[in-house]
Amino acid sequence: MQITLKVRRYDPERQDGAQTGVAYWQTYPLDAPDHFTVLDALIQVREEIDGSLGLRCSCRSAICGSCAMRINGHAGLACKTRISVLGGDGQADALREITVEPMANMPVIKDLITDMQPFWNKVRQVEPWLQTEGPLPEREHLVPDEAMEHLVGVMNCIMCGACVSDCTVLEAELKNGKPYDQTFIAPAALAKAYRFAADPRDAKQKERLKKLSEPTGIYDCTHCFECVQVCPKGVAPMERILKMREMAAEAGITNNTGARHAQAAEFTIKASGRNYELTFYPKSVGMFNLKELLPALPTGLALIRKAGAKMVLPHKAENVEKIQRIFKKVGKKNKRRP
Amino acid sequence: MRYAYWPGCVSKGGCPELYVSMAKVAEVLGIELVELHEASCTGFGVLTEQDQELADTLNCRTFAMAEKLGAPLMNICSTCQGVMSAADRRAREDPEYLSRINETLAEEGLHYSGNLEIKNFLWVLVEDVGLDTLRSKVKRPLTGLRAAPFYGCYILRPSETLGIDGKKRDTYLEQVIEALGAEPVDFYGKSKCCGFPIVTMNRTNSLSMAGDHLLEAKEKGADVMVTPCPLCHLNLDGQQPAVEGIKKQRIGLPILHLPQMVGLALGIDPKELRLNRHVVDAMGVVAKIGA
Repeated sequence: MQITLKVRRYDPERQDGAQTGVAYWQTYPLDAPDHFTVLDALIQVREEIDGSLGLRCSCRSAICGSCAMRINGHAGLACKTRISVLGGDGQADALREITVEPMANMPVIKDLITDMQPFWNKVRQVEPWLQTEGPLPEREHLVPDEAMEHLVGVMNCIMCGACVSDCTVLEAELKNGKPYDQTFIAPAALAKAYRFAADPRDAKQKERLKKLSEPTGIYDCTHCFECVQVCPKGVAPMERILKMREMAAEAGITNNTGARHAQAAEFTIKASGRNYELTFYPKSVGMFNLKELLPALPTGLALIRKAGAKMVLPHKAENVEKIQRIFKKVGKKNKRRP
Repeated sequence: MRYAYWPGCVSKGGCPELYVSMAKVAEVLGIELVELHEASCTGFGVLTEQDQELADTLNCRTFAMAEKLGAPLMNICSTCQGVMSAADRRAREDPEYLSRINETLAEEGLHYSGNLEIKNFLWVLVEDVGLDTLRSKVKRPLTGLRAAPFYGCYILRPSETLGIDGKKRDTYLEQVIEALGAEPVDFYGKSKCCGFPIVTMNRTNSLSMAGDHLLEAKEKGADVMVTPCPLCHLNLDGQQPAVEGIKKQRIGLPILHLPQMVGLALGIDPKELRLNRHVVDAMGVVAKIGA
């Protein structure tokens, strides 16, 4: 199969005027067998065409996580991505172009090699170790298998960084020039936080969730599913983040905008069967939180001006009591307080 | 073509122009929409994260109403589509779960079999109406208009749940834009998050995300942006003045709901499509196509 690898390169030593370090695109035409992965192709380039191409790889079998990079715009493991499944729709093979870039949302060291230090700093920030209470058992902590089953998926994480690369929140913050250590904790570290917060042996669950409910934590996730989509191991970090929101609510950690936002959603649907936007924002940020409410006021007024009575009048489902019956029967809150 | 119709809460609240324009377009395309007035909000993902079984039961209740009508379900909101598809998938994959849900629904005389087609209007346009039919009904081609597609996360990801991979549903907006005679503008942000879900939690991040996409689309030459998601519309249009404040520059990019763009090409009066009822003036689009 004839392919063209279009690689985003970065030479940290090259000079461009006063600037040291230059990024540029380089293309490599290649005749590659159909079974080749992107990593096979890159290694062929490095060994036969251009020995200066920098990339990181180790196990070559989707275990070590070191070859994560952006392939055709999305993060993934180069060793797990076959060239035959990429692009090529309606294109002659000779035109089949595969773009390869270093992971986003982290500094580039050289070509496809990124600096993972900021990534590890965030993982450390969530204290990824078991914190138990009471005397240590003589041998191991014993727990039934079923008490750990929910952690199996998240323990599959190989810390490749793909989810962090494609995290939309982090991308926006970095674009805005926010210092890395003040940005969203991001999917990988939060999935790791879940791994311990949801461990039946851990005694610090509430403290962990309280800390994670602060800004840059679980409520900063925008629900975009990018991390779920790109994770090569099915860890679904966003699902873990949402699970921690549920755990935090159950632990009574509700004095924050995120928790109030969820409560407001439940309230409005239960009351009317619909989302009534007008009360949603004030209920979420706090009815008397002028610091947050005032900047949002012009938008609120513009929407009311635009939508007119529709926006102001509460909308209600017909026979809403049928919806309320389901809340009463299935709702967790009713189960907790029968 | 007959559908059980879930218009979503936003088309009845903050974006009434979406509801009205969809009704007009359905008439011209010969789509019969039977609105489910008793159905509930999908929970826009937030209810699911608090209480999954409650949210799934409410959504399966809507599916059961559609099944009772004997028609597939159509929505006009990417977020509704994503939440509904995910609830449907969980119900289909776990018969025990579905049977527990059906026990609750039985009290209302409802039952969900797990075999309903749930489609956003975008998918209906391409898969059921068909692009050739759509083209044949165009009375006012949007020639010369450069339109940036903006999908909304929930209609794209996870791709497996939404049937993206086999059907190339992640290219439908561009296909529709072309069928209407306009030119699609390709840009990085088209499949990204508009920022709406965190507007209450982190307003700066939320508005920055919207701003990045608006500015990129504009830089790539877009005259207009089009979206099948009214929640994205709230952040991209409703919040655009605030976004301009955060980004410290004027943007002024009109955002159309998908049915509005289709309606324009079908020859419907722009005022009937409520193009004059946006936060960012959208009547400039009309001038651009000479309507």
